[in-house]
Amino acid sequence: MVSNQPSADTMVPTVEFADANSDLTPKMSARNVCVYYGEKKAIDDVSIDIQTKYVTAFIGPSGCGKSTFLRSLNRMNDTISSARVTGDINLDGEDIHAMDVVHLRARVGMVFQKPNPFPKSIFENIAYGPRIHGLADGKQDLDEIVEKSLRRAGLWDEVKDRLQESGTALSGGQQQRLCIARAIAVDPEVILMDEPCSALDPIATARIEELIDELRGRYAIVIVTHSMQQAARVSQRTAFFHLGKMVEYGVTSDIFTNPREERTKDYITGRYG
Amino acid sequence: MAEHTVKAFDEDITRIRGLIAEMGGLAEVAVQEAMEALVNSNEELADSVVVRDKKIDALEVEVDKLAVRVIALRAPMADDLREVIAALKISGVLERIGDYAKNIAKRVGRIEGRKPFEPLTLLSAMGEVAEEMVHDVLTAYGARDVVLAREVVERDHKVDAFYNSLFRNLVSFMMENPATISSAAQLLFIARNLERIGDHATNVAEMVHYAATGDYPPEEE
Repeated sequence: MVSNQPSADTMVPTVEFADANSDLTPKMSARNVCVYYGEKKAIDDVSIDIQTKYVTAFIGPSGCGKSTFLRSLNRMNDTISSARVTGDINLDGEDIHAMDVVHLRARVGMVFQKPNPFPKSIFENIAYGPRIHGLADGKQDLDEIVEKSLRRAGLWDEVKDRLQESGTALSGGQQQRLCIARAIAVDPEVILMDEPCSALDPIATARIEELIDELRGRYAIVIVTHSMQQAARVSQRTAFFHLGKMVEYGVTSDIFTNPREERTKDYITGRYG
Repeated sequence: MAEHTVKAFDEDITRIRGLIAEMGGLAEVAVQEAMEALVNSNEELADSVVVRDKKIDALEVEVDKLAVRVIALRAPMADDLREVIAALKISGVLERIGDYAKNIAKRVGRIEGRKPFEPLTLLSAMGEVAEEMVHDVLTAYGARDVVLAREVVERDHKVDAFYNSLFRNLVSFMMENPATISSAAQLLFIARNLERIGDHATNVAEMVHYAATGDYPPEEE
């Protein structure tokens, strides 16, 4: 059974894994979202709730729309002139399309597939955001934010003695953690990650996964990944996308041991055409 | 079921299922022939059941190795994962069924004075029910037949009822004929073995159900 109409069942999976201190009001909610590139409908009527303290994984074959949908959550699609988004996307109940986009992206941060540090010092990479958003009150405050962000990203000990070196001189895994530190420096509520480990080796990947797990206590995290094992390891909820539709959304352990939809099963078991 | 993109994965799963089927066939025959040897006091047949148990043990090791390899190399998911986990557990259970059959066979030579007596008839009827459970659960495994698997689960109480009645029967038989206590005690152990075989057939049925649906069959009270 695949319904395109949002129902309580498909938008919010059963909360059997919710722990006592979890907040079940959605941080972000999308209703009947469609994304078009020119005439082409890339996302077809997707409705989903994203909660704080949970990692939500988007999985699906290439071209299924999972990254497109992720990018619509902080209006990255605005930068593509042919892209058009319909439907409602709310952050804490507020329409994101009515918000100032710079402010929105501070609240909904993003980490990309390839680490993309600014060609500036490690310090400046982190300090840039808080500075332009006016979050730091003086140099000392800025120093604290930089240290706190690097600590949370698990990078502080590795870079504390060379903060003035270029961010691009770090290894790939360190660069990606630098980008995560940069995203959390502006104190976001949601972090979107678009295949954050696909350019990293297994050790660097494990460190990012460990980091995601530590960060989820504080933020709502949405991760797009091609690695099914990664989705199974890091997320508590998983949404499967196929041909622009969200086919199934549920508790991660259910999706990977006993998916309800045949298409989900075929994909995760490696039977997809 | 659609094929995997990686063909070797399908071959591994097929191979595991084949090994389980082979083990099951051997275990089924072992139970059947152990009971036949008992009823006909055929010690030669009993010995051959004991010898052939080694083959079942060897197959269990093979299933375990292959299942571990599939988990390590292919990271199976969803129904594939359940299939492999079920195979691991089923192979252990079938090995136990083989052991019980071997144990029955070993007792054949220890029963003295072969004049037919009533408990033996009851025992052979009990054996038939247990054999059928093993047979049907293997059919259910081969066909992924959830309905038949549930039916096997429901049949377990029959074997239990046989065991209870045989127990009473044998105890009174021993009281009436103290000279037969040693033989009757052997029969009591055999009844116990058959009861355990029924339980293990039920375990296999539960795993067949789990592999096919992701859930265990509903508990019966």
